Amino acid sequence: MNFYQFSSPASFYPFAGRLAPWFAGAAAVLAIVGLWIGFGIAPTDFQQGEAYRIIFIHVPAAWMSMFIYLVMAFWGMLALSFNTRLSAMMAQALAPTGALMTFIALWTGALWGRPTWGTYWAWDARMTSELILLFLYFGIMALRSAIDDPRRADRACAVLTIVGAVNIPIIYFSVQWWNTLHQGASVSLSAAPKMASIMLLGMLVMTFAAWFYTIAVALWRARAIILERERGAGWMSALREITA
Amino acid sequence: MTNTLALSASEAPSGVGAAVRWAVVRDLRLALRSRAELGVQLLFYVIVVSLFPLASSPERTLLATMGPGVIWVAALLASLLSLPRLFASDFADGTLEQIALSPFPLPALVSGKILAHWLTTGLPIVVLAPLLGLQYGLEPPMLGIVTLALLVGTPILSLLGAIGAALTLGVRGGGSLLALLVLPLYVPVLIFGAGAADAMRAGLPTSPHFSLLVAGLLIALVGAPLATAAAVRIALD
Repeated sequence: MNFYQFSSPASFYPFAGRLAPWFAGAAAVLAIVGLWIGFGIAPTDFQQGEAYRIIFIHVPAAWMSMFIYLVMAFWGMLALSFNTRLSAMMAQALAPTGALMTFIALWTGALWGRPTWGTYWAWDARMTSELILLFLYFGIMALRSAIDDPRRADRACAVLTIVGAVNIPIIYFSVQWWNTLHQGASVSLSAAPKMASIMLLGMLVMTFAAWFYTIAVALWRARAIILERERGAGWMSALREITA
Repeated sequence: MTNTLALSASEAPSGVGAAVRWAVVRDLRLALRSRAELGVQLLFYVIVVSLFPLASSPERTLLATMGPGVIWVAALLASLLSLPRLFASDFADGTLEQIALSPFPLPALVSGKILAHWLTTGLPIVVLAPLLGLQYGLEPPMLGIVTLALLVGTPILSLLGAIGAALTLGVRGGGSLLALLVLPLYVPVLIFGAGAADAMRAGLPTSPHFSLLVAGLLIALVGAPLATAAAVRIALD
């Protein structure tokens, strides 16, 4: 199978259309299972009570918010080095979902912080970095909408995304750099998790749900972008949804 | 202006150093021809710093606490405000295109422009900082820390800002968009720069902050001219 064939919008468009419903379905099933584990099975935390259960949404959203940015930077690098249209379209399709995940992470964090720390917001390093990440997403989306020529917008956004990617390690290591209010990471690859395994399971299931949701939405959005930007291309007039 | 631009083959700079020098000399000369504009930018910096005591309270302990942060925020805003000067007029009259077409490495020419920008905006900000610090009742050691942190930090502001200035060339709503693009990138500089003063007030060593600032400066020195040159080429397409 030749993967490069899908770098052409004409072959990617139907491919994405076939894949997206499967990812959306998987996301829905995993979300139901994850929420059931998180809110039904997982025991009450002896320190934080029931309030900790927001972890099942907060942590996957926070992970995704950073991960999506790195994926965007990856697509941006591809777009800059190979001058491919589809890579830039993928980066464009991911940006709104990344902003959404960042917003959810901040919002649920505020709701979690109130009962456990006694404050909705603190100028903690990790929260501040997440806020900056939200601004970066908004900046990329604003830059794109301010440039009329889509090819120029592609490359300008790619440069901005890569420059902003410097912020991601700062977010990640800020917990070690500044020792402040935010609790240290509960899950790490090198040490045994400090949480019950059923909680960890719920969180992982929710993380995969967030992943699949992101993939499905990005594919659908990429299809919409292709329809918008490739209008007038010959292959498009043969599409069922155009001719119908 | 034409004589500074005439890059005939015989006197054309060869190599990176010469390209940087040429761009610095040219931009400095142009900047010094519009001294009023430079003065206005510095006045903006001074005025912003002077507004904070009016908005909060003239109490000395409070002022001494927030002084370094206020000076840093004002430096950020003044730097942001001066960014369009880097490329906008050269872009408008086509000079930037000629610069990009020249056989010399564009990142080197861009570095020269950034250096000239720092010399005309960043350096005056650093020089004025002790004076503004006195308004806030900062003690001499603290004045030294704030000034030194600004000395390391303001070049990073010019370097990062140049990327945003190049990306927003000829773009709708350039000014406020530039703020949205650049200010988030400035945040780490602000945290470490103002953090140095914080650490000193808390009796902690300030060297970690300076190490991080210098590390940021080195990264920006290597990366920002390349990113800016790429952005300039994108804008000229």
